[in-house]
Amino acid sequence: MSYIQNVYPIQSRTAIARDVFDVLVHCPELAAQSRAGQFVHIRVPGHTLRRPISICEVDRAKGTIRLVYEVRGSGTEALSNLTTGDLMDIMGPLGNGFTLLEPDAKAIVVGGGIGTPPMLETAKHYAENCTAILGFRDAAHVILDEDFDACGCDVRLATDDGSRGHHGFVTDLLRQRLAEESADIIYACGPKGMLKAVADLAAEFGVRCQVSLEERMGCGVGACLVCACKVARENGDPTYKHVCKDGPVFEAKEVIF
Amino acid sequence: MANLKVNIAGVDFKNPIITASGCFGFGREYEDFYPLSKLGGISLKGTTYEERLGNPPARIAETASGILNSVGLQNPGVRHFIQEDLPYLLDKGTVIIANAAGSAIEDYRLLAEALDASAVDMIELNISCPNVKSGGLTFGASCESAAGIVREIRKATSKPLMVKLTPNVTDIASIAQAVEAEGADAVSLINTLVGMRIDIESRRPVLHQNTGGLSGPAVFPVALAMVWKVANAVKIPVVGLGGVEKWQDAIEMMLAGATGVQVGTAMFYDPYAPVKIIEGMNEWLDRNGIADVNEIIGQVRPW
Repeated sequence: MSYIQNVYPIQSRTAIARDVFDVLVHCPELAAQSRAGQFVHIRVPGHTLRRPISICEVDRAKGTIRLVYEVRGSGTEALSNLTTGDLMDIMGPLGNGFTLLEPDAKAIVVGGGIGTPPMLETAKHYAENCTAILGFRDAAHVILDEDFDACGCDVRLATDDGSRGHHGFVTDLLRQRLAEESADIIYACGPKGMLKAVADLAAEFGVRCQVSLEERMGCGVGACLVCACKVARENGDPTYKHVCKDGPVFEAKEVIF
Repeated sequence: MANLKVNIAGVDFKNPIITASGCFGFGREYEDFYPLSKLGGISLKGTTYEERLGNPPARIAETASGILNSVGLQNPGVRHFIQEDLPYLLDKGTVIIANAAGSAIEDYRLLAEALDASAVDMIELNISCPNVKSGGLTFGASCESAAGIVREIRKATSKPLMVKLTPNVTDIASIAQAVEAEGADAVSLINTLVGMRIDIESRRPVLHQNTGGLSGPAVFPVALAMVWKVANAVKIPVVGLGGVEKWQDAIEMMLAGATGVQVGTAMFYDPYAPVKIIEGMNEWLDRNGIADVNEIIGQVRPW
């Protein structure tokens, strides 16, 4: 694997929910190397720091990557001004990505809010052998459910206010799913509280679990050491690893939440 | 092509551009972008005698034209550095500068002894880190304490010794003179300026350590003024850093009196920044018919 940094044209840009944008970028050499769970670091006009955005889908044949991101602050807002035909300054692919088992393994992906996009490429790998448990604030914030449907997986939705799907948490649905049938692996991305709850459930049912973490980031390549997350060493002592290079994907049992 | 070679503290650099400590790790991460041999030198991640875990996150916050960081000197310790990281760097064709940090004089001394016995080309003594609770900045904040630690370290090593100075002082030039008097071979400046950001919704500082060090283009004019003052106060070479992002900035630093220039935060948004600066500097020298970069050092014409 090697890092690439260049400018690439935006092929399309659509708003798919309030403040959520779906962008397709034509970047063949980057797409050729990108894997499920990795991310790219995007330069934002007028800002010192790049913004890490997870890769939602990779199409090697068409040479594109798909990025779905939410406007959260001035950086992502500036990013959202880039539209079809504009050039995006991208560094990537970064991070380790999810460990994919054989496609006939039983997998569960759990996505919370804007933690949903990085799960799609993983769900595609397992297709009908995958259960996708996706949680959102309300019906208006539901994204990508049709994409998960299209890749053949069993999609189960939850919303905080019950306006769509199960009224409650993704962990309710995860417990239900694990009670029905065991799984070989669980993948999760979303708010830290959700990740901890998913990790606890996975431990309870004895299922391997990988979580994708987020932290304020600097260089993106493991040089500046700012995006620290607390993990346990083999002897159990705590240490800090780094989301950009050691992650963003960690074995859940390793993370100290 | 102009001559870009400079000599700092007896060490030959193929060009004046050095990657700044803390922004380039131990060099490995940037080799995908360009061969390290293009660089004049690499100032490595701040290393302490024992391993340090660093501060809890968040360790970074964005500011207008800059960033605040509070990494807190996370590093694997000097033995790990010498065994695992240094061998990889030695045949890269660039000057290897170890950045030495600590929290007590005894740690600094043991560290300097270990580095003295290693193959590093130069030691940059960090007495200016604002992000550790003890030591760090406090050593660099007065002439007496700065002189005291340089005196001890000078006894422990015969390697070329560059002392990295903090801008969080009243008179940086007098501190530069104090370390020069104790045998420092060069000074580098500036380390970061203490700064803060607050999340107004949670009323919490963005950084877990509450305050951190400001770097990036926002600090460049401050750094330039300090480099100019120090260069006029000492005879040893000065290495300028702080917000350098373009070749024009590097030339300003050299006109102000810097013999070498470090590039740090700019690499976060453009990993190629140091290489572009070397190329731009060379073209400017050619355009102006200047055969040797050394001819511009300190050549600002003050009013």
